[in-house]
Amino acid sequence: MSEQTQAQIQTQTQTQEKVVFERTRVLTPKHTHYCPGCTHGIAHRLVAEVIDELGIQEKTIGVCPVGCSVLAYDYFDLDMQEAAHGRAPAVATGIRRVLPPDRYVFTYQGDGDLASIGMAEIVHAANRGEKLTVVFINNGIYGMTGGQMAPTTLPGMKTTTSPYGRKPEECGHPIRVSELLNTLVAPRFIARGALSSVKEIVRAKRLIRQAFELQHTGFTFVELLSTCPTGWGLPPDKAMRWLEHNMMPFFKTGVLRGPDAMPEAAMPYAPDLTVGDAKSTNGKEA
Amino acid sequence: MSSQSPHPQRLLMKGTEAIAEAAIRAGCRSFFGYPITPQNEIPEYMSKRLPQIGGAFVQAESEVAAVNMIYGAGGAGVRVMTSSSSPGVALMAEGFSYLVGAEVPVVIVNVMRGGPGLGGIGPSQSDYFMMTRGFGHGDQRAIVLAPSTLQEAVDLMGLAFDLADKYRNPTLLVGDGLIGQMMEPVTFPEARTELPEKSWATTGKPASRERNVINSLDLSPEGLERHVAKLFDKYARMEREEPRFERFQLDDNPPVCLCAYGTMARIAKSAVQQLRAEGIRVGLLRPITLWPFPTSAFLEQAETTERFICVELSCGQMVEDVRRALAGRRPVDFWGRTGGVVPSVEEIADEVRRLCG
Amino acid sequence: MAQTSIVMAGFGGQGVMSIGKILAKAAIHEGKEVTWLPSYGPEMRGGTANCTVVIADDPIGSPLVKFPDAALVMNKQSLDKFEEELRPSGLIAVNTALIDRAVKRGDLCALYVDANALAERGGAARSANLALLGAFMARCDVLPICAVEAAIEETFAGKSTSVLETSLAIFRAGVEAAATG
Repeated sequence: MSEQTQAQIQTQTQTQEKVVFERTRVLTPKHTHYCPGCTHGIAHRLVAEVIDELGIQEKTIGVCPVGCSVLAYDYFDLDMQEAAHGRAPAVATGIRRVLPPDRYVFTYQGDGDLASIGMAEIVHAANRGEKLTVVFINNGIYGMTGGQMAPTTLPGMKTTTSPYGRKPEECGHPIRVSELLNTLVAPRFIARGALSSVKEIVRAKRLIRQAFELQHTGFTFVELLSTCPTGWGLPPDKAMRWLEHNMMPFFKTGVLRGPDAMPEAAMPYAPDLTVGDAKSTNGKEA
Repeated sequence: MSSQSPHPQRLLMKGTEAIAEAAIRAGCRSFFGYPITPQNEIPEYMSKRLPQIGGAFVQAESEVAAVNMIYGAGGAGVRVMTSSSSPGVALMAEGFSYLVGAEVPVVIVNVMRGGPGLGGIGPSQSDYFMMTRGFGHGDQRAIVLAPSTLQEAVDLMGLAFDLADKYRNPTLLVGDGLIGQMMEPVTFPEARTELPEKSWATTGKPASRERNVINSLDLSPEGLERHVAKLFDKYARMEREEPRFERFQLDDNPPVCLCAYGTMARIAKSAVQQLRAEGIRVGLLRPITLWPFPTSAFLEQAETTERFICVELSCGQMVEDVRRALAGRRPVDFWGRTGGVVPSVEEIADEVRRLCG
Repeated sequence: MAQTSIVMAGFGGQGVMSIGKILAKAAIHEGKEVTWLPSYGPEMRGGTANCTVVIADDPIGSPLVKFPDAALVMNKQSLDKFEEELRPSGLIAVNTALIDRAVKRGDLCALYVDANALAERGGAARSANLALLGAFMARCDVLPICAVEAAIEETFAGKSTSVLETSLAIFRAGVEAAATG
């Protein structure tokens, strides 16, 4: 190719340049360390796009977990805190309770972090109705430590610590965290999406957006069914199909709790606290 | 009221409540904690007072959660504290390490009780090792303040918050069931109105500045080593600037010096007075900071004092620091009670008579 | 170094902690140093409770005292426990309403008061603790009686005037009973 031709092509490219794809402003330029085909990148992008679209970048504080997304503080262009394993909801509670109410606080946690070591923190933060958005990545496995069994690992699924497949009679069945939290009174929004296809990803983004929009009214929770091609030992495209075929039948997607949907099991109870003659309340003299 | 007290500023307060009020005066507006005897009046007091002054009180689901809540709040830039007692404080060890690593200034109060295990609820000083060196994983240090009277507890709570902010490091304050449960008159300082600016806090990133990150992770060994070296520069400065101690009846260079802190120092003081009334010359050197340990004060005292007797509510923990400080220059004896048993003045006096007899 | 140590003991709910606090507040009114130390923990839940008040002119070392100078005992278990511990010639105020025996030790200065009866006569059966405190103060010169009255006023400042007046009257009835008895 002659120099002249090269120059012509360059000029053509410049004049025809049209932006079709940009890095989301709420993400930093740093390259992520995630494996090829991992859905963390999609989840990060969805959260960042929602924050950008809502125009709340300056008011948002994120809390990262321990797990594959432990370095997420390098990827979100936000004020961030790195929590100890499982403790992100407690850290976020501390932030939420002392900052002005117009701030947005979210945690981003995996299934080992949230549903195993951090089960107490997530249940109690949800039960207190902390005004947070929790983004819960469920890929049924411990990714960072090398593919061990998680509380969400499917029955029969082989991992490095369940080499013969998860045995429910020994290890229990996978925990449906969204359903478990949906028995509590306080949460305002609980939903499960999947990052398995363009259609599901678009739906998932809508759920994340709803959660952030409702955050100032109470606890909001979005579970995202995700893949771990490396941990599952599958190529990325097959991992997506595996998710659809195996995870989605057990972990049903959709909005479990919204502003208009409150399950009967979670109806509030307001006793009058009186004893007999109604002169004393709560065991203490009125 | 028909009769005004001639000393209106002296208030009769329980140790735990005095500690809580002193924290509020120092600008602390947020408390996260979990119930455990003998410190329950601290969260109870906070749960009553903080909502009245626009503060935040959360009864955490565990001490593990509580220490992580103060991490979040401290990282957001406010003065924040938690309190607990020995077994509960042990549960905070992990969170403490993160606080140190991420340089989050907070105050943690340990109203110590007898151990090991579930132990008992009586006064104890058996967490000396845990508080001064073994509290949490990794290379770390923190200033440990040990008040001996309730007035000192009030004064040191203010100092604890100042030191936490000065060094961006958690500060620990240790008492025991006796300090926590007794009442004494206390005088509070004026409430703090101006608090230090914290440009590093995660409050939401305006376009005008870089993002702030509260974090202790560094996967590059060289990077982490640099970070730890920076922390140790702070600790070196603490060791130069922060040792605090009290010399009691030591001006006439007595041949015997008792060493004690906190509650045990009060009892030792009474023993010193009793022994001196009998003509036995003895004094007391009382560390107020358990870390940094007042090593120079001990070395100086060793110029004239022939023997040291360390008395503790434990089987012998601070005595190791006393021996380390004196480096063999003078003999150091130890006597202690543990399990929540608090010795009488007479028992300590008898021990001194026996050793020096 | 002169200091006075006083133990108050009785069933939980008899108000021994409260009269200890009143005594401590009275000491503050007089510009004295004071410590108040309770028994705490499970033993407080329904069993016997006690507190120790030390009053002095100079800073107080140990708030714990092995041989107290004086005791106010509201029930028999407390007499059994603290009679042994008092220093020789110590003062012991005994609530005869719940204690059916005399002080055994001959070297103590014993004071017998039916505190419950005085309180009932005063219109507040629950304030027997104040009657016993009044009787004790008539015999113990560690603090002036007016300082204790001021402390009672301070303690009941938030309550109705009648509660305060009843409390003061029962305390004074105790003082008189000891002075005449």
